[in-house]
This record gives sequence, structure tokens and C-alpha cells, in this order.
Amino acid sequence: MRTIKYKTAITEAMSEEMARDEKVFVIGEDVDVLGGVFKMTRGLVEKYGARRVRGTPISEAAFIGLATGAAMTGLRPIVEIMYQDFALVGMDQLVNQACSICSMSGGRVRVPIVFRGQVGVGSREAAQHSRQFESWFVNTPGIKVVMPSDARDAKGLLKSAIRDDNPVLFLENRMLFNSSAEVPDGEWLVPIGRAELKRPGRDLTVVATGGAVRKSLAAAASLQGRVDIEVVDPRTLSPLDIDTIMASVRKTGRLLVVQEGPPQASFGAEVVRRCVAEGLSSFRAAPRVLGARDVPMPFSPVLEDACVPQEADIASAAVAMRAE
Amino acid sequence: MSLSVDEKRTLLRTMLLIRRFEEKVKVLYAKKTIDGAIHLYIGQEAVAAGVCAVLRNDDCIFSSHRGHGHAIAKGADLNGIMAELMGRDTGLSRGHGGSMHLFSTAVGLMGGNGIVGGGIPLALGGAFSAQYEGTDRVSVTFFSDGGANQGVFSEALNLAALFRLPVLFVCENNGYAATTPVTASTARIDIAGRAKAYGVPGVTVDGNNALAVRDAAEQAVGGMRRGEGPHLLECVTYRVEPHCGIIADERAPGEKEKWLEKDPIDRLRVSLEEEGAVSSAELEGLEHDVAARIEEAVRFGTESPWPDPDAAHNRRWAVEGDQA
Repeated sequence: MRTIKYKTAITEAMSEEMARDEKVFVIGEDVDVLGGVFKMTRGLVEKYGARRVRGTPISEAAFIGLATGAAMTGLRPIVEIMYQDFALVGMDQLVNQACSICSMSGGRVRVPIVFRGQVGVGSREAAQHSRQFESWFVNTPGIKVVMPSDARDAKGLLKSAIRDDNPVLFLENRMLFNSSAEVPDGEWLVPIGRAELKRPGRDLTVVATGGAVRKSLAAAASLQGRVDIEVVDPRTLSPLDIDTIMASVRKTGRLLVVQEGPPQASFGAEVVRRCVAEGLSSFRAAPRVLGARDVPMPFSPVLEDACVPQEADIASAAVAMRAE
Repeated sequence: MSLSVDEKRTLLRTMLLIRRFEEKVKVLYAKKTIDGAIHLYIGQEAVAAGVCAVLRNDDCIFSSHRGHGHAIAKGADLNGIMAELMGRDTGLSRGHGGSMHLFSTAVGLMGGNGIVGGGIPLALGGAFSAQYEGTDRVSVTFFSDGGANQGVFSEALNLAALFRLPVLFVCENNGYAATTPVTASTARIDIAGRAKAYGVPGVTVDGNNALAVRDAAEQAVGGMRRGEGPHLLECVTYRVEPHCGIIADERAPGEKEKWLEKDPIDRLRVSLEEEGAVSSAELEGLEHDVAARIEEAVRFGTESPWPDPDAAHNRRWAVEGDQA
């Protein structure tokens, strides 16, 4: 075991998979210049050359489409989207093309491609650099959605994503870049589609994603002795590991989903739908979703912090639900 | 340019096969044997036949919504095309794609596209794969004057030129984007000129002259195989049929008649007759062969089973054997 940073885990995963498979290449804005704006591809161009680490113009539709066409014809692209908000510029290529082609071809064309890049709130960058749009993709057939919350999962899941024969949206949380975790030495793979219990508890199941996992774990620690919280991180939002979540809900009888995007028609709402359908009688309290305010993310630190669930919000929701 | 008689006959045969296929599709569509949206290629046959005549089996093409002609010219199985149009399990895309999404990787047919201009960036990917693997394969994108007005066209020209990708942009300027004439959609009608603005060689050819199209494509593809990077052909032609299905549209008085005088099939046939390269008995034989092929395709399609909605492969979009 080594303790490494979240961002290091991501760079390592890409580098290991590029060494393992000649068909893997990285493409995106600035990826060949000092490792990109966030340094996630640092060292890759030196190690694997300009042929396999391709910087692009700021033309998201063109390079997302290029990578999709390359995947259709035998390569395994990793597409870095500098901010996930920028993927919206290339949404036709991402959704109408990359997500749809395998199915539209009757399964005769595979599109093994990873769209990865960072998301997050708390860095004061306003609405066009802070969008949480994972729920859109949970509602889009044809793509898997992965959101690691620590370095261990980030490395293992990214390696699995690169080996997957389907499009995978891999969302890295910028607020976790410098967080550290123990990661096993050598080959380390985390399967896509499996949730993980991050903290055991008896009173309340908190299903949290991305940046909300750390806050939920902190809230659980602060309520030690008052409310015994179990924290489940789905890690993969689509396809969803409902069995692990339901096993927890059956034990605690209470479900709180915490996410950093708005709640309506969202991933959190979907978790509630699935859990209610699977086991309504397991609930001792009405399930809740804690999410962002229904506004484009504002800039000011005071406003932004008020817009997304914080540790104290999670703790007070947990206390209230425990009393129901 | 010095084509053998056999090569010219092949061009005529391909064009005739497309024309008679489309005429049959029109009938079947009116009878509801074919459902959905149908975009006919009648009048534009010289473009698909001329371009695909200079391609190898391992070159790939990315077609448009008006793609039956491209599929036939690239050598896709006629039975499979017809069965796909009929939504049958034996169709090229197993009934998942229909008219706009014909895939046959064995002959390099990488699908049509329901989004105007959507296939342009994908074709860059086919070219990227060819270049990445160190081969002299080329990739072709077919689009129209309508597709040229999408932003991805400009982005793709720049990116293709920047990466020196072996991609051939084939703009079939057929005079109409849906029901809007090109004069009402395009400020300056010079698609080849737009290519030149990005440093991409662009030529305008008579798109109703199969020999001229073939000659221009041969020169462009030859250069691409030698590493010259992308080329563009603007083929000036005419969409004889309405945009979609049998919905009527408006044409200026006398416009269609003027173009019908330049029918690409008649022109090549007359020129071959004048050369003494083909006798009327041979032409009759050709018509007979083509009719038999189409009759067989219709029989194959109508006798083929419908897809089973409950079959496992029709219920999931993910590729089997993945990491999930």
C-alpha cells in the first residue's frame, strides 16, 4: 500500500493503461502542454510521445467526434474535457453519436471511449465552471457514469473504465484532487457498477456521491454517539448497484441521498425511486434527497456555500430523520 | 484520366443499382412496407459511385441521413440494407438503426447519421485511426450544403488540416437543405473555398458527371495516401426528390426539368453508347440483373423475421464482456 493523492491516482491509471495497451491514447485541450491545466496528464507526452498524447484546439465538438470515430475504428481514446461544462459544446457528438452508435448499429460497432475531466463546487468559478450534470447522463442510455470520491477508487475505476468496451463518463472532483488515500501496489482495478460501504452504521443510510461523500463522512463522525450513520458511495451512478444500497436501507430503515447537483429529476431522485420500488415496507421514515439549490451556481463564496449541502446541513437532516 | 471500359461499366452499374433501389424504396414507403423517415438519393448517384470507386475495402466512409447510395456504392449487402429499411432482425443494424443508420464494418461503412453534419467529426476519427496505425487507409465523410452550415464543419476542417488527417470531405451540394434552397441558406456558395481558407485543397466538380467525380476523387485520395492530409470535393448536383419521404416540396418552375436533362445515369449511358463501349443488348442485360438483385433484396427483407423485443441483445445497450 502507498498513500497517494487523488490526482496522482488518475495520472497513474492513464499511464499504466497506456503502457498496457498501445491502442489507448489521450486527447484534449492542453494535454500535451505541461500536462494540461490541471496537470492530470503530466509526464504522459514525455513517456508515450506526441502520437499518443494529442493536444487540440478549443473545438470540443470536433475532438469529441474525432475520438468517437477513432473508437469506432479500433482505438481506445481517453478524452479529457477540461471542465465538464465545456462538454456541452460538444453534446451532439457525445450523446447523439458516442452514446448511441453501439445500439444504433445493432451492437455491431463498439465505442470504447472514456470522457474524463473535473467537476466540483467550492472553488468559486460561477455557473459555467461548476455544473453538476451527472444526472443528465444517468438519464441517457448508452454511457456509464462513474464518480470516484477517493484516490483508491479513482485509480481502480479509471483503469476499469479504459478497459470497458462502452462509453464511460468519468467525473473527477476538483475539490478532492489533493486528498490522499491508501492505494494497493501493482495492478489495482475497481469494477464498474459496484457501490461501496464507506462507513457502517445502524440508524440511517446516507447515499452520497462525489464531493458529498467526504462531507457525509465528516457529518457522520460529528454525530458519533447520537446518530449512527452508514455511508454508501455508489461510485458508479449508471448502471446502479441497487443491491448494496437496498441491503443498507433494509438494515437502517432510513435513506438520505446527498449530492451536489439540484434534486429534481436527479440521480438522488432516481435512488429514492428504485429503493421505494424495491422495498417500500423497509422504510421507517420518508426518504429524502439533499441537493443544490435550484439556481445556476453563483460566484460569491457566501452564495456558493449556501447553494450546496454542507456538513452541517447533512448532520441536521440526519438528526431530524432519526427523530421520525 | 483514362478509364477502362470495365471501370466505366462498373460506374454505370453502381449508379443504376442505386437508382432502381431508390425507386423501389419509394414504392415500398408509399405502401408502408417501409416505415419511418426515408431520404432518397435519386439524382446524386454519380457522387457515391464516383467516390467509392476509388476506395479500397479497408477505407471507411461516414455517411449522412441520405445514405442508401453510399452504402450500396461501398459494397454493403443489398439484402441487409433492404431488411434494415424494413426494420427486420436480418438488417445491417439488426433493426436498431433503420434508413439513417446503416453499418457494415466489413466493407468500411461506418453508419449514416440522423444529425446533419454529425458524421463529419467522426470521419476525422476514422482518418486518425488510419494515421495512428501507420497505414495508408483513408476516411471519407459525405455531407451536403446543409451540413456545411453546421459549426462542426469548420471545426473539423481546422482540426483535420492541423493533424494532416487522411480524410476526404465530400460535400454533395444538392441545392437544398431540407426544404430551404442553398441560395437562402448560404451567404456565399463556395464550399470548396471554405476548405481553402483552412489550407485544405478544395475543388468543385460537376456532381452529375460520374467520370469527373471519380477523377477528382482519385486525385484527392491518391494525395491523401501519400500523406498530403485532407482534401475536399464539392460535388454540384441536384436532389430530385423531396427532403424526406414523399412529402411534397416547392421548386422553381422549370428547375427540376433543367436538372433532369443532366441526369447522371443518362449522361454516362449515352457517352458509353457513343463510344461503342456498350450495346443496347448489354444495357438491357444490366437492367435485368439490377432488377433481379432488387427483387431478391425485397424478398429477403419481407421474408425476414422481425426483431424479438424480448431477446437479451435487444434489451441492453452495453457490450457484453465488459468490466461491469
